[in-house]
Amino acid sequence: MQPVQPKTSQRRGESAIEKLLVLSAAIFIIVIALITIFIFSRGLPLLFEIGLGDFIFNYDWRPTKGAFGIGAMVAGSLAVTLSAMVWAVPLGICTAILMAEIAPPQMGRLLGNMVELLAGIPSVVYGFVGLVLVVPFIREYLGGNGLSVLAGAIILGIMILPTVINISRDSIMAVPKEYKEGSLALGATHYQTIFRVIIPAARSGIITAVVLGMGRAIGETMAVVMVTGNAAIIPGSILEPVRTMTSNIVLEMGYAAGDHQAALFATGVVLFVFIVALNMMVNIAAKAGAARDGK
Amino acid sequence: MESVTLTSDNMKMRTLGLEVFYQDFQALHGVSMEIKANHVTALIGPSGCGKSTFLRTLNRLNELIEGTTIQGQVYLDDLSIYEKEVDVVALRKRVGMVFQKPSVFPMSVYENVAYGPRIHGIKDKSKLDEIVEKSLRDANLWEEMGSRLNSPAARMSGGQQQRLVIARVLAVGPEVILMDEPASALDPISTSKLEELIAELKKNYTIVIVTHNMQQAARVSDYTGFFLNGHLIEFNRTKELFVNPANQKTEDYITGRFG
Repeated sequence: MQPVQPKTSQRRGESAIEKLLVLSAAIFIIVIALITIFIFSRGLPLLFEIGLGDFIFNYDWRPTKGAFGIGAMVAGSLAVTLSAMVWAVPLGICTAILMAEIAPPQMGRLLGNMVELLAGIPSVVYGFVGLVLVVPFIREYLGGNGLSVLAGAIILGIMILPTVINISRDSIMAVPKEYKEGSLALGATHYQTIFRVIIPAARSGIITAVVLGMGRAIGETMAVVMVTGNAAIIPGSILEPVRTMTSNIVLEMGYAAGDHQAALFATGVVLFVFIVALNMMVNIAAKAGAARDGK
Repeated sequence: MESVTLTSDNMKMRTLGLEVFYQDFQALHGVSMEIKANHVTALIGPSGCGKSTFLRTLNRLNELIEGTTIQGQVYLDDLSIYEKEVDVVALRKRVGMVFQKPSVFPMSVYENVAYGPRIHGIKDKSKLDEIVEKSLRDANLWEEMGSRLNSPAARMSGGQQQRLVIARVLAVGPEVILMDEPASALDPISTSKLEELIAELKKNYTIVIVTHNMQQAARVSDYTGFFLNGHLIEFNRTKELFVNPANQKTEDYITGRFG
Protein backbone atom coordinates (compact mmCIF):
# COMPACT_ATOMS: atom_id res chain seq x y z
CA MET A 1 0.00 0.00 0.00
CA GLN A 2 1.19 3.48 -0.90
CA PRO A 3 0.82 5.92 1.97
CA VAL A 4 -1.88 8.49 1.23
CA GLN A 5 0.04 11.26 3.01
CA PRO A 6 3.57 12.03 1.83
CA LYS A 7 6.33 11.18 4.28
CA THR A 8 6.84 13.80 6.94
CA SER A 9 10.39 14.61 5.83
CA GLN A 10 9.07 15.29 2.35
CA ARG A 11 6.33 17.52 3.71
CA ARG A 12 8.80 19.42 5.82
CA GLY A 13 10.91 20.02 2.69
CA GLU A 14 7.94 21.34 0.76
CA SER A 15 6.86 23.69 3.48
CA ALA A 16 10.41 25.07 3.65
CA ILE A 17 10.34 25.75 -0.09
CA GLU A 18 6.98 27.45 0.30
CA LYS A 19 8.33 29.65 3.10
CA LEU A 20 11.35 30.57 0.98
CA LEU A 21 9.10 31.63 -1.91
CA VAL A 22 6.89 33.72 0.37
CA LEU A 23 10.00 35.32 1.85
CA SER A 24 11.35 36.21 -1.62
CA ALA A 25 8.06 37.82 -2.56
CA ALA A 26 7.95 39.70 0.74
CA ILE A 27 11.49 41.05 0.27
CA PHE A 28 10.61 42.18 -3.23
CA ILE A 29 7.50 44.00 -2.05
CA ILE A 30 9.34 45.62 0.87
CA VAL A 31 12.15 46.88 -1.38
CA ILE A 32 9.67 48.42 -3.83
CA ALA A 33 7.71 49.97 -0.98
CA LEU A 34 10.86 51.43 0.62
CA ILE A 35 12.03 52.98 -2.65
CA THR A 36 8.61 54.50 -3.23
CA ILE A 37 8.32 55.83 0.32
CA PHE A 38 11.85 57.22 0.19
CA ILE A 39 11.34 59.08 -3.09
CA PHE A 40 8.01 60.49 -2.05
CA SER A 41 9.14 61.48 1.45
CA ARG A 42 12.09 63.39 0.02
CA GLY A 43 10.24 64.96 -2.90
CA LEU A 44 6.69 65.60 -1.76
CA PRO A 45 7.28 68.29 0.94
CA LEU A 46 8.92 70.65 -1.54
CA LEU A 47 6.34 69.78 -4.16
CA PHE A 48 3.56 70.88 -1.79
CA GLU A 49 5.47 73.99 -0.75
CA ILE A 50 5.88 75.16 -4.35
CA GLY A 51 2.58 73.80 -5.59
CA LEU A 52 2.27 71.03 -8.11
CA GLY A 53 1.16 73.30 -10.94
CA ASP A 54 4.01 75.75 -10.41
CA PHE A 55 6.56 72.98 -10.18
CA ILE A 56 5.51 71.27 -13.40
CA PHE A 57 4.56 74.23 -15.59
CA ASN A 58 6.97 76.94 -14.48
CA TYR A 59 10.12 76.82 -16.56
CA ASP A 60 12.32 78.93 -14.36
CA TRP A 61 14.96 76.47 -13.13
CA ARG A 62 17.64 78.19 -11.04
CA PRO A 63 17.93 75.72 -8.20
CA THR A 64 20.74 77.53 -6.42
CA LYS A 65 18.60 80.69 -6.32
CA GLY A 66 15.48 78.93 -5.10
CA ALA A 67 13.62 78.83 -8.44
CA PHE A 68 12.32 75.32 -8.94
CA GLY A 69 10.25 75.01 -12.12
CA ILE A 70 10.78 71.90 -14.22
CA GLY A 71 8.50 73.02 -17.06
CA ALA A 72 11.39 72.99 -19.53
CA MET A 73 12.34 69.46 -18.51
CA VAL A 74 8.78 68.20 -18.74
CA ALA A 75 8.58 69.73 -22.22
CA GLY A 76 11.99 68.23 -23.02
CA SER A 77 10.97 64.72 -21.96
CA LEU A 78 7.76 64.98 -23.98
CA ALA A 79 9.51 66.44 -27.03
CA VAL A 80 12.21 63.75 -27.16
CA THR A 81 9.85 60.89 -26.34
CA LEU A 82 7.10 61.88 -28.78
CA SER A 83 9.48 62.58 -31.64
CA ALA A 84 11.15 59.21 -31.03
CA MET A 85 7.75 57.50 -31.10
CA VAL A 86 6.64 59.26 -34.26
CA TRP A 87 9.08 57.24 -36.32
CA ALA A 88 9.87 54.21 -34.16
CA VAL A 89 6.29 53.06 -33.50
CA PRO A 90 5.18 52.77 -37.16
CA LEU A 91 8.51 51.19 -38.09
CA GLY A 92 8.32 48.77 -35.17
CA ILE A 93 4.75 47.68 -35.88
CA CYS A 94 5.47 47.20 -39.59
CA THR A 95 8.55 45.14 -38.71
CA ALA A 96 6.48 43.04 -36.31
CA ILE A 97 3.89 42.38 -39.04
CA LEU A 98 6.65 41.39 -41.44
CA MET A 99 8.25 39.04 -38.92
CA ALA A 100 5.02 37.42 -37.77
CA GLU A 101 3.11 37.13 -41.02
CA ILE A 102 5.04 37.81 -44.18
CA ALA A 103 8.69 36.83 -43.88
CA PRO A 104 9.62 33.18 -44.43
CA PRO A 105 10.32 31.48 -41.06
CA GLN A 106 14.10 31.60 -41.49
CA MET A 107 14.12 35.32 -42.16
CA GLY A 108 11.71 35.83 -39.25
CA ARG A 109 14.11 34.04 -36.93
CA LEU A 110 17.07 36.04 -38.22
CA LEU A 111 15.21 39.31 -37.65
CA GLY A 112 14.21 38.08 -34.20
CA ASN A 113 17.83 37.46 -33.30
CA MET A 114 18.78 40.92 -34.52
CA VAL A 115 16.07 42.49 -32.39
CA GLU A 116 17.32 40.54 -29.35
CA LEU A 117 20.78 41.89 -30.06
CA LEU A 118 19.42 45.43 -30.29
CA ALA A 119 17.73 44.95 -26.91
CA GLY A 120 20.94 43.74 -25.30
CA ILE A 121 23.15 46.73 -26.14
CA PRO A 122 23.80 48.92 -23.06
CA SER A 123 22.36 52.41 -23.29
CA VAL A 124 25.76 54.07 -22.87
CA VAL A 125 26.82 52.41 -26.13
CA TYR A 126 23.77 53.85 -27.88
CA GLY A 127 24.68 57.23 -26.44
CA PHE A 128 28.24 56.90 -27.65
CA VAL A 129 27.15 55.93 -31.15
CA GLY A 130 24.78 58.89 -31.13
CA LEU A 131 27.55 61.22 -30.03
CA VAL A 132 30.05 59.99 -32.62
CA LEU A 133 27.73 59.47 -35.60
CA VAL A 134 24.34 61.16 -35.23
CA VAL A 135 25.35 64.42 -33.58
CA PRO A 136 28.11 65.32 -36.11
CA PHE A 137 25.77 64.34 -38.95
CA ILE A 138 23.09 66.72 -37.73
CA ARG A 139 25.62 69.49 -37.13
CA GLU A 140 27.04 69.01 -40.63
CA TYR A 141 23.87 68.69 -42.71
CA LEU A 142 21.00 70.19 -40.73
CA GLY A 143 22.58 72.92 -38.63
CA GLY A 144 22.85 73.77 -34.96
CA ASN A 145 25.52 72.15 -32.85
CA GLY A 146 24.06 68.69 -33.32
CA LEU A 147 23.23 68.05 -29.65
CA SER A 148 19.48 68.25 -30.06
CA VAL A 149 15.96 66.89 -29.72
CA LEU A 150 16.46 65.22 -33.09
CA ALA A 151 19.59 63.35 -31.99
CA GLY A 152 17.74 62.17 -28.87
CA ALA A 153 14.74 61.13 -30.94
CA ILE A 154 16.86 59.08 -33.32
CA ILE A 155 18.78 57.26 -30.57
CA LEU A 156 15.74 56.77 -28.30
CA GLY A 157 13.69 55.52 -31.24
CA ILE A 158 16.25 52.82 -31.96
CA MET A 159 16.28 51.91 -28.28
CA ILE A 160 12.51 51.41 -28.01
CA LEU A 161 12.28 49.43 -31.26
CA PRO A 162 12.93 46.05 -29.57
CA THR A 163 10.14 46.68 -27.05
CA VAL A 164 7.66 47.73 -29.73
CA ILE A 165 8.66 44.95 -32.13
CA ASN A 166 8.76 42.06 -29.66
CA ILE A 167 5.48 42.76 -27.90
CA SER A 168 3.65 43.57 -31.16
CA ARG A 169 5.01 40.44 -32.83
CA ASP A 170 4.05 38.23 -29.89
CA SER A 171 0.52 39.61 -29.86
CA ILE A 172 0.17 39.16 -33.62
CA MET A 173 1.43 35.59 -33.38
CA ALA A 174 -0.98 34.91 -30.50
CA VAL A 175 -3.97 35.59 -32.78
CA PRO A 176 -5.68 32.19 -33.19
CA LYS A 177 -4.92 30.59 -36.55
CA GLU A 178 -8.66 29.99 -36.96
CA TYR A 179 -9.12 33.73 -37.59
CA LYS A 180 -6.59 33.66 -40.36
CA GLU A 181 -7.91 30.49 -41.98
CA GLY A 182 -11.50 31.66 -41.58
CA SER A 183 -10.68 34.88 -43.38
CA LEU A 184 -8.67 33.22 -46.16
CA ALA A 185 -11.40 30.63 -46.65
CA LEU A 186 -13.83 33.49 -47.34
CA GLY A 187 -11.65 34.51 -50.25
CA ALA A 188 -9.76 37.31 -48.51
CA THR A 189 -6.20 37.95 -49.64
CA HIS A 190 -3.33 37.62 -47.18
CA TYR A 191 -3.06 41.41 -46.82
CA GLN A 192 -6.80 41.87 -46.32
CA THR A 193 -6.59 39.21 -43.64
CA ILE A 194 -3.65 40.93 -41.94
CA PHE A 195 -5.17 44.39 -41.87
CA ARG A 196 -8.84 43.56 -41.30
CA VAL A 197 -8.69 40.57 -38.97
CA ILE A 198 -5.25 39.91 -37.50
CA ILE A 199 -4.22 43.46 -36.56
CA PRO A 200 -7.62 44.34 -35.04
CA ALA A 201 -7.51 41.08 -33.07
CA ALA A 202 -4.01 41.93 -31.82
CA ARG A 203 -4.90 45.55 -31.11
CA SER A 204 -4.68 45.52 -27.31
CA GLY A 205 -1.25 43.84 -27.47
CA ILE A 206 -0.03 46.43 -29.95
CA ILE A 207 -1.28 49.26 -27.73
CA THR A 208 0.59 47.63 -24.84
CA ALA A 209 3.73 47.58 -26.98
CA VAL A 210 3.41 51.27 -27.78
CA VAL A 211 2.78 52.34 -24.19
CA LEU A 212 5.61 50.22 -22.78
CA GLY A 213 7.89 51.65 -25.47
CA MET A 214 6.83 55.11 -24.36
CA GLY A 215 7.59 54.24 -20.74
CA ARG A 216 11.02 53.03 -21.73
CA ALA A 217 11.65 56.25 -23.69
CA ILE A 218 10.60 58.56 -20.88
CA GLY A 219 12.68 56.68 -18.34
CA GLU A 220 15.84 56.41 -20.43
CA THR A 221 18.69 58.55 -19.14
CA MET A 222 22.23 57.78 -20.18
CA ALA A 223 21.92 57.90 -23.96
CA VAL A 224 19.73 60.97 -23.73
CA VAL A 225 22.19 62.87 -21.52
CA MET A 226 24.92 62.16 -24.04
CA VAL A 227 23.21 63.44 -27.19
CA THR A 228 20.63 66.10 -26.29
CA GLY A 229 22.84 68.95 -25.06
CA ASN A 230 20.99 69.29 -21.72
CA ALA A 231 20.12 73.00 -21.82
CA ALA A 232 17.19 73.65 -19.50
CA ILE A 233 15.21 75.63 -22.06
CA ILE A 234 12.06 74.96 -23.99
CA PRO A 235 13.30 73.96 -27.46
CA GLY A 236 12.13 76.10 -30.36
CA SER A 237 12.90 73.43 -32.97
CA ILE A 238 14.06 69.82 -33.06
CA LEU A 239 17.57 71.02 -33.83
CA GLU A 240 17.91 72.80 -30.49
CA PRO A 241 19.28 71.21 -27.32
CA VAL A 242 16.94 70.07 -24.61
CA ARG A 243 17.04 68.62 -21.09
CA THR A 244 14.78 65.80 -19.99
CA MET A 245 13.57 65.09 -16.45
CA THR A 246 15.86 62.09 -16.16
CA SER A 247 18.85 64.08 -17.40
CA ASN A 248 18.03 66.79 -14.90
CA ILE A 249 18.28 64.33 -12.01
CA VAL A 250 21.46 62.64 -13.13
CA LEU A 251 23.26 65.87 -14.03
CA GLU A 252 22.65 67.69 -10.75
CA MET A 253 22.45 64.84 -8.23
CA GLY A 254 26.16 64.95 -7.57
CA TYR A 255 26.28 68.44 -6.08
CA ALA A 256 22.69 69.16 -5.07
CA ALA A 257 21.85 69.69 -1.40
CA GLY A 258 18.91 70.90 0.65
CA ASP A 259 15.93 72.18 -1.33
CA HIS A 260 17.81 71.62 -4.58
CA GLN A 261 18.14 67.93 -3.79
CA ALA A 262 14.49 67.80 -2.75
CA ALA A 263 13.56 69.36 -6.09
CA LEU A 264 15.38 66.54 -7.88
CA PHE A 265 13.48 63.99 -5.82
CA ALA A 266 10.28 65.84 -6.70
CA THR A 267 11.27 65.49 -10.37
CA GLY A 268 11.59 61.77 -9.65
CA VAL A 269 8.10 61.77 -8.15
CA VAL A 270 6.68 63.34 -11.31
CA LEU A 271 8.45 60.73 -13.47
CA PHE A 272 7.31 57.94 -11.19
CA VAL A 273 3.66 59.00 -11.34
CA PHE A 274 3.92 59.42 -15.11
CA ILE A 275 5.23 55.90 -15.66
CA VAL A 276 2.78 54.31 -13.23
CA ALA A 277 -0.02 56.10 -15.08
CA LEU A 278 1.29 54.70 -18.38
CA ASN A 279 1.32 51.17 -16.97
CA MET A 280 -2.23 51.61 -15.71
CA MET A 281 -3.23 52.69 -19.21
CA VAL A 282 -1.80 49.42 -20.50
CA ASN A 283 -3.92 47.42 -18.08
CA ILE A 284 -7.04 49.38 -18.93
CA ALA A 285 -6.42 48.93 -22.66
CA ALA A 286 -5.90 45.21 -22.20
CA LYS A 287 -9.09 44.87 -20.17
CA ALA A 288 -11.09 46.92 -22.65
CA GLY A 289 -9.77 44.69 -25.44
CA ALA A 290 -10.77 41.55 -23.57
CA ALA A 291 -14.23 42.97 -22.88
CA ARG A 292 -14.68 43.82 -26.53
CA ASP A 293 -13.75 40.29 -27.54
CA GLY A 294 -16.29 39.01 -25.03
CA LYS A 295 -13.79 37.11 -22.94
CA MET B 1 -34.79 8.20 -50.19
CA GLU B 2 -34.48 9.03 -53.85
CA SER B 3 -32.95 6.50 -56.09
CA VAL B 4 -29.60 7.63 -57.44
CA THR B 5 -26.66 5.85 -58.90
CA LEU B 6 -23.04 6.88 -58.88
CA THR B 7 -22.82 8.35 -62.35
CA SER B 8 -21.24 11.50 -63.59
CA ASP B 9 -24.41 13.53 -64.01
CA ASN B 10 -25.07 16.42 -61.64
CA MET B 11 -21.49 16.42 -60.33
CA LYS B 12 -20.39 19.57 -58.50
CA MET B 13 -16.83 18.59 -57.68
CA ARG B 14 -14.63 15.76 -58.78
CA THR B 15 -11.14 14.60 -57.88
CA LEU B 16 -8.98 12.37 -60.06
CA GLY B 17 -5.96 10.49 -58.71
CA LEU B 18 -5.37 13.10 -56.02
CA GLU B 19 -2.05 12.75 -54.17
CA VAL B 20 -0.94 15.10 -51.40
CA PHE B 21 2.50 15.22 -49.82
CA TYR B 22 3.63 17.09 -46.72
CA GLN B 23 7.39 17.21 -47.29
CA ASP B 24 8.19 13.48 -47.61
CA PHE B 25 5.00 12.22 -46.00
CA GLN B 26 2.29 11.12 -48.41
CA ALA B 27 -1.07 12.07 -46.90
CA LEU B 28 -3.32 11.04 -49.80
CA HIS B 29 -2.89 8.19 -52.28
CA GLY B 30 -4.69 8.47 -55.60
CA VAL B 31 -8.06 9.61 -54.33
CA SER B 32 -10.80 9.86 -56.94
CA MET B 33 -14.20 10.98 -55.76
CA GLU B 34 -17.31 12.58 -57.17
CA ILE B 35 -19.30 15.05 -55.13
CA LYS B 36 -22.90 15.43 -56.16
CA ALA B 37 -24.57 18.84 -56.30
CA ASN B 38 -27.20 19.61 -53.66
CA HIS B 39 -26.28 16.58 -51.62
CA VAL B 40 -24.35 16.06 -48.42
CA THR B 41 -21.16 14.03 -48.72
CA ALA B 42 -19.63 12.81 -45.46
CA LEU B 43 -15.98 11.86 -45.03
CA ILE B 44 -15.24 9.44 -42.21
CA GLY B 45 -12.21 7.59 -40.93
CA PRO B 46 -9.85 7.47 -37.97
CA SER B 47 -7.64 10.46 -37.01
CA GLY B 48 -4.81 11.04 -39.48
CA CYS B 49 -6.51 9.11 -42.27
CA GLY B 50 -6.40 12.07 -44.65
CA LYS B 51 -10.05 13.12 -44.63
CA SER B 52 -9.33 16.67 -43.47
CA THR B 53 -6.43 16.91 -45.90
CA PHE B 54 -8.80 15.87 -48.68
CA LEU B 55 -11.34 18.49 -47.59
CA ARG B 56 -8.71 21.22 -47.61
CA THR B 57 -7.59 20.38 -51.13
CA LEU B 58 -11.10 21.25 -52.34
CA ASN B 59 -10.62 25.01 -51.72
CA ARG B 60 -6.82 25.00 -51.83
CA LEU B 61 -6.51 25.84 -48.14
CA ASN B 62 -3.86 23.12 -47.81
CA GLU B 63 -1.52 25.51 -49.62
CA LEU B 64 -1.09 27.41 -46.35
CA ILE B 65 0.99 24.55 -44.96
CA GLU B 66 4.62 24.94 -45.90
CA GLY B 67 6.03 22.16 -48.07
CA THR B 68 2.74 20.80 -49.41
CA THR B 69 2.73 19.37 -52.93
CA ILE B 70 -0.24 18.13 -54.90
CA GLN B 71 -0.64 15.80 -57.86
CA GLY B 72 -3.80 14.84 -59.70
CA GLN B 73 -6.86 16.87 -60.56
CA VAL B 74 -9.63 18.63 -58.68
CA TYR B 75 -12.58 19.95 -60.68
CA LEU B 76 -15.23 22.41 -59.64
CA ASP B 77 -17.81 22.03 -62.38
CA ASP B 78 -15.52 22.19 -65.44
CA LEU B 79 -12.81 24.22 -63.75
CA SER B 80 -9.58 22.45 -62.89
CA ILE B 81 -8.82 24.37 -59.68
CA TYR B 82 -5.06 23.70 -59.50
CA GLU B 83 -4.35 25.25 -62.92
CA LYS B 84 -1.95 28.16 -62.72
CA GLU B 85 -4.40 30.78 -63.99
CA VAL B 86 -7.09 29.97 -61.42
CA ASP B 87 -7.80 32.85 -59.04
CA VAL B 88 -7.70 31.40 -55.50
CA VAL B 89 -9.78 34.28 -54.15
CA ALA B 90 -12.57 33.58 -56.64
CA LEU B 91 -12.32 29.85 -55.94
CA ARG B 92 -12.69 30.30 -52.19
CA LYS B 93 -15.65 32.54 -52.78
CA ARG B 94 -17.33 29.62 -54.55
CA VAL B 95 -16.10 26.96 -52.10
CA GLY B 96 -16.60 28.15 -48.51
CA MET B 97 -15.32 26.45 -45.38
CA VAL B 98 -16.44 25.96 -41.77
CA PHE B 99 -13.89 24.81 -39.20
CA GLN B 100 -13.87 22.55 -36.19
CA LYS B 101 -13.43 25.36 -33.68
CA PRO B 102 -15.96 28.15 -34.30
CA SER B 103 -13.71 30.89 -35.67
CA VAL B 104 -15.81 34.01 -35.18
CA PHE B 105 -13.74 37.15 -35.57
CA PRO B 106 -13.43 39.44 -32.52
CA MET B 107 -16.01 41.85 -33.92
CA SER B 108 -19.78 42.31 -33.74
CA VAL B 109 -22.23 39.80 -35.17
CA TYR B 110 -22.99 42.18 -38.03
CA GLU B 111 -19.33 42.81 -38.85
CA ASN B 112 -18.61 39.08 -38.91
CA VAL B 113 -21.25 38.44 -41.56
CA ALA B 114 -20.48 41.62 -43.51
CA TYR B 115 -16.75 40.81 -43.58
CA GLY B 116 -16.89 38.58 -46.67
CA PRO B 117 -19.06 40.86 -48.82
CA ARG B 118 -16.91 43.83 -47.78
CA ILE B 119 -13.62 42.27 -48.85
CA HIS B 120 -15.27 41.41 -52.15
CA GLY B 121 -16.04 45.07 -52.69
CA ILE B 122 -19.62 45.68 -51.50
CA LYS B 123 -19.75 49.04 -49.73
CA ASP B 124 -23.42 50.01 -49.98
CA LYS B 125 -24.85 49.90 -46.45
CA SER B 126 -28.40 48.86 -47.42
CA LYS B 127 -27.03 46.11 -49.64
CA LEU B 128 -24.87 44.88 -46.75
CA ASP B 129 -27.83 45.02 -44.35
CA GLU B 130 -29.80 42.92 -46.77
CA ILE B 131 -27.04 40.32 -47.14
CA VAL B 132 -26.49 40.14 -43.38
CA GLU B 133 -30.17 39.57 -42.69
CA LYS B 134 -30.57 36.97 -45.43
CA SER B 135 -27.45 35.09 -44.37
CA LEU B 136 -28.47 35.04 -40.71
CA ARG B 137 -31.95 33.86 -41.68
CA ASP B 138 -30.53 31.10 -43.85
CA ALA B 139 -28.27 30.02 -40.98
CA ASN B 140 -31.27 29.87 -38.58
CA LEU B 141 -29.76 32.62 -36.48
CA TRP B 142 -31.90 35.65 -37.27
CA GLU B 143 -34.50 34.98 -34.59
CA GLU B 144 -31.84 34.67 -31.91
CA MET B 145 -29.44 37.38 -33.01
CA GLY B 146 -31.45 39.75 -35.25
CA SER B 147 -31.94 42.20 -32.39
CA ARG B 148 -28.35 41.89 -31.17
CA LEU B 149 -26.40 42.53 -34.34
CA ASN B 150 -23.98 44.89 -32.62
CA SER B 151 -23.02 42.68 -29.71
CA PRO B 152 -19.61 40.95 -29.80
CA ALA B 153 -19.78 37.63 -31.61
CA ALA B 154 -17.49 35.99 -29.06
CA ARG B 155 -20.20 36.29 -26.38
CA MET B 156 -22.51 33.91 -28.24
CA SER B 157 -22.71 30.23 -27.33
CA GLY B 158 -20.56 27.73 -29.21
CA GLY B 159 -23.51 26.51 -31.27
CA GLN B 160 -24.53 30.05 -32.18
CA GLN B 161 -20.95 30.87 -33.09
CA GLN B 162 -20.76 27.90 -35.43
CA ARG B 163 -24.00 28.97 -37.13
CA LEU B 164 -22.62 32.50 -37.34
CA VAL B 165 -19.58 31.13 -39.14
CA ILE B 166 -21.95 29.40 -41.55
CA ALA B 167 -23.84 32.67 -42.04
CA ARG B 168 -20.52 34.35 -42.75
CA VAL B 169 -19.78 31.74 -45.41
CA LEU B 170 -23.27 32.07 -46.92
CA ALA B 171 -22.81 35.85 -47.17
CA VAL B 172 -20.24 35.52 -49.94
CA GLY B 173 -22.61 33.35 -51.97
CA PRO B 174 -20.76 30.04 -52.22
CA GLU B 175 -21.81 27.00 -54.23
CA VAL B 176 -20.04 24.40 -52.10
CA ILE B 177 -19.63 24.46 -48.31
CA LEU B 178 -16.88 22.39 -46.71
CA MET B 179 -17.27 21.56 -43.04
CA ASP B 180 -14.39 20.19 -40.97
CA GLU B 181 -15.86 18.43 -37.93
CA PRO B 182 -18.23 21.35 -37.37
CA ALA B 183 -20.03 19.79 -34.41
CA SER B 184 -17.14 18.27 -32.49
CA ALA B 185 -16.94 21.21 -30.07
CA LEU B 186 -20.72 21.47 -29.58
CA ASP B 187 -23.17 20.09 -27.04
CA PRO B 188 -25.91 17.67 -28.22
CA ILE B 189 -28.64 20.32 -28.58
CA SER B 190 -26.43 22.66 -30.60
CA THR B 191 -25.34 19.68 -32.66
CA SER B 192 -28.89 18.74 -33.57
CA LYS B 193 -29.62 22.36 -34.52
CA LEU B 194 -26.56 22.30 -36.74
CA GLU B 195 -27.65 19.04 -38.35
CA GLU B 196 -31.11 20.50 -39.05
CA LEU B 197 -29.41 23.46 -40.67
CA ILE B 198 -27.26 21.20 -42.85
CA ALA B 199 -30.38 19.39 -44.04
CA GLU B 200 -31.94 22.73 -45.05
CA LEU B 201 -28.79 24.08 -46.67
CA LYS B 202 -28.40 21.20 -49.07
CA LYS B 203 -31.40 22.46 -51.02
CA ASN B 204 -29.27 25.33 -52.26
CA TYR B 205 -25.70 24.24 -51.63
CA THR B 206 -23.43 21.26 -52.06
CA ILE B 207 -22.01 20.18 -48.72
CA VAL B 208 -18.96 18.12 -47.83
CA ILE B 209 -18.58 17.32 -44.15
CA VAL B 210 -15.74 15.65 -42.26
CA THR B 211 -16.92 13.97 -39.09
CA HIS B 212 -15.63 11.66 -36.39
CA ASN B 213 -19.15 10.77 -35.45
CA MET B 214 -20.50 7.92 -37.55
CA GLN B 215 -24.06 8.40 -36.33
CA GLN B 216 -23.82 11.96 -37.53
CA ALA B 217 -22.56 10.86 -40.93
CA ALA B 218 -25.43 8.39 -41.13
CA ARG B 219 -27.96 11.05 -40.12
CA VAL B 220 -26.97 13.98 -42.30
CA SER B 221 -25.28 12.63 -45.40
CA ASP B 222 -26.41 11.17 -48.71
CA TYR B 223 -22.98 9.84 -49.65
CA THR B 224 -20.12 8.70 -47.47
CA GLY B 225 -16.45 8.17 -48.16
CA PHE B 226 -14.33 6.07 -45.81
CA PHE B 227 -10.65 7.00 -45.60
CA LEU B 228 -7.85 4.92 -44.11
CA ASN B 229 -4.12 5.73 -44.17
CA GLY B 230 -4.57 8.22 -47.01
CA HIS B 231 -6.58 5.87 -49.21
CA LEU B 232 -10.23 6.23 -50.08
CA ILE B 233 -11.29 2.71 -49.12
CA GLU B 234 -14.93 2.89 -50.00
CA PHE B 235 -17.31 5.48 -51.38
CA ASN B 236 -21.01 4.88 -51.71
CA ARG B 237 -24.48 6.05 -50.85
CA THR B 238 -24.56 6.45 -47.08
CA LYS B 239 -27.35 3.90 -46.62
CA GLU B 240 -25.46 1.36 -48.69
CA LEU B 241 -22.13 1.95 -47.00
CA PHE B 242 -23.42 1.66 -43.46
CA VAL B 243 -25.83 -1.21 -44.03
CA ASN B 244 -23.91 -3.22 -46.51
CA PRO B 245 -20.23 -2.24 -46.68
CA ALA B 246 -18.35 -3.77 -49.57
CA ASN B 247 -14.94 -3.65 -47.95
CA GLN B 248 -13.94 -5.57 -44.83
CA LYS B 249 -11.98 -2.55 -43.49
CA THR B 250 -15.05 -0.34 -43.79
CA GLU B 251 -17.09 -2.89 -41.91
CA ASP B 252 -14.45 -3.16 -39.19
CA TYR B 253 -14.41 0.60 -38.79
CA ILE B 254 -18.15 1.24 -38.71
CA THR B 255 -18.73 -1.62 -36.33
CA GLY B 256 -16.11 -0.12 -34.05
CA ARG B 257 -13.47 -2.80 -34.30
CA PHE B 258 -10.73 -0.16 -34.70
CA GLY B 259 -10.21 3.57 -34.97
